[in-house]
Amino acid sequence: MATNLSDRRSVLTGAAALLAAGAARGQAVTLPFGNGERPIKTYPEKRPMLVLTERPPQLETPFEVFDHGAFTPNDAFFVRYHLAGTPPRGLDAATHRLKVLGAVETPLDLSLADLRRDFPAVELAAVNECSGNGRGFSSPRVAGGQLGEGMMGNALWRGVTVRALLDRAGVKASAHAVEFNGADRPQMASVADFVKGLGVDHARNGEVMIAYEMNGAPLPLLNGYPLRLIVPGYYGTYWVKHLTDLTVLEQESQSYWMQKAYRIPDNDCACVPAGTAASATRPIGKLNVRSFITNLSDGQTAKASARALVRGVAFDGGSGISGVELSSDGGKTWTPASLGQDHGKYSFREWSAHVPLEHGEHLLVARAKSKAGDVQPLTANWNPSAYMRNVADPVRVVAA
Amino acid sequence: MRGLASSLLVLVAVAAAGGVAARETVGKTAPAYAPPPETSKFVAAPGVEAAQRYCLTCHSADYVSTQPPHMPAAFWQNEVTKMRNAYGATIPDDAAKAITDYLVATYTEPTRGGR
Repeated sequence: MATNLSDRRSVLTGAAALLAAGAARGQAVTLPFGNGERPIKTYPEKRPMLVLTERPPQLETPFEVFDHGAFTPNDAFFVRYHLAGTPPRGLDAATHRLKVLGAVETPLDLSLADLRRDFPAVELAAVNECSGNGRGFSSPRVAGGQLGEGMMGNALWRGVTVRALLDRAGVKASAHAVEFNGADRPQMASVADFVKGLGVDHARNGEVMIAYEMNGAPLPLLNGYPLRLIVPGYYGTYWVKHLTDLTVLEQESQSYWMQKAYRIPDNDCACVPAGTAASATRPIGKLNVRSFITNLSDGQTAKASARALVRGVAFDGGSGISGVELSSDGGKTWTPASLGQDHGKYSFREWSAHVPLEHGEHLLVARAKSKAGDVQPLTANWNPSAYMRNVADPVRVVAA
Repeated sequence: MRGLASSLLVLVAVAAAGGVAARETVGKTAPAYAPPPETSKFVAAPGVEAAQRYCLTCHSADYVSTQPPHMPAAFWQNEVTKMRNAYGATIPDDAAKAITDYLVATYTEPTRGGR
């Protein structure tokens, strides 16, 4: 079913209400872009989810989930893998080991019990968003996983800081970066293992952490059981799952996944004219400021009201959300929204506003601003991999 | 009063130990993993055997069928080249040409859920 951009999310949300029944009947949801049909299936530890690809498993959160609070339930949290043999099998928290290697005074080899017993537990609410969340809406379209907008989630992560581990190991003065590897391995020797790197100062900033719990429960296998790297404010590509190794390097990471993949145009907007290549690139980094309307979907009929409730969530790369504005006339005039409870600067921030919705059609637009001063653009920036999408997209509703 | 305080302390200690024990127990459970069976398939057309032999080594067929429709032939040529040169797929030249021709002929039109 080919629908245009003005119908974005409509088919998804309409069908989302029937997801459970749909899963039982083998139904599908159609995202509002070409070749957007997605089967709805139930994977281990997950509720019915949109299946982007079966192997590796890539599952998208039904968008309606985001209207039910600032935290995304574990069984609805999106899943993204790169390699075919994922998730790795035979993982066991009782026998799992985490090693700290490389340019350290004392290499470490730790069990989960060691992590819980010997290092202070920390908790942090943080959004994990896939670098390509919304890629299917890119215009012109680009190759890659054709994601809707459900490849994001917010959770309360509990674990230990990478700094505590590095301090215990004793990082050598020559250290430059830290590489993170997980238990997933490529199918063939010619395929690059999924390894990510962070600068050593970033890795030990006291916020980058290794989580053994997510929203108060052990991590689902598909979200990184039993240990996952949490890089608050950074795109999900860095959040290595099934973590097994931290290797302190004396140079930057040479991993394929740092040097060749997940790179953005090296300029302020991380964008280039549509259809062109970037002359220079850098590794993707912090989340762009972004917001979504969650209680109304495009194409929906709403009850006409002098004071209609519109609500949603907003987030950014860690400065925090300073405000969200709502327009009901396609961006001509704006009304400030009220912000919900502050769960921390890396969390989803709920927001709500009341606007008059007289009989007829309205173009609702939510636009978030970060405390760093960044504001969502009203026209989409483009880059060759459709990373970091954060346009303030209009949602068309008809009041009746 | 002192006795009550001591009892409370013991209770707290027991509760804390219980909490740790419960967490450790939960944490030790190795989850079984039985995903739904893989059902997506390449569209039957000339060249499909090469696509099945090489592409399916690393990903299911839906990674192809969900790509945008109406893309030019260069899009599929680029994808096959990317899989070989960037992602390390070991595809011989003749098979790569067969796969490219198959993809251009088969996946330029919308798949309409043909998975």
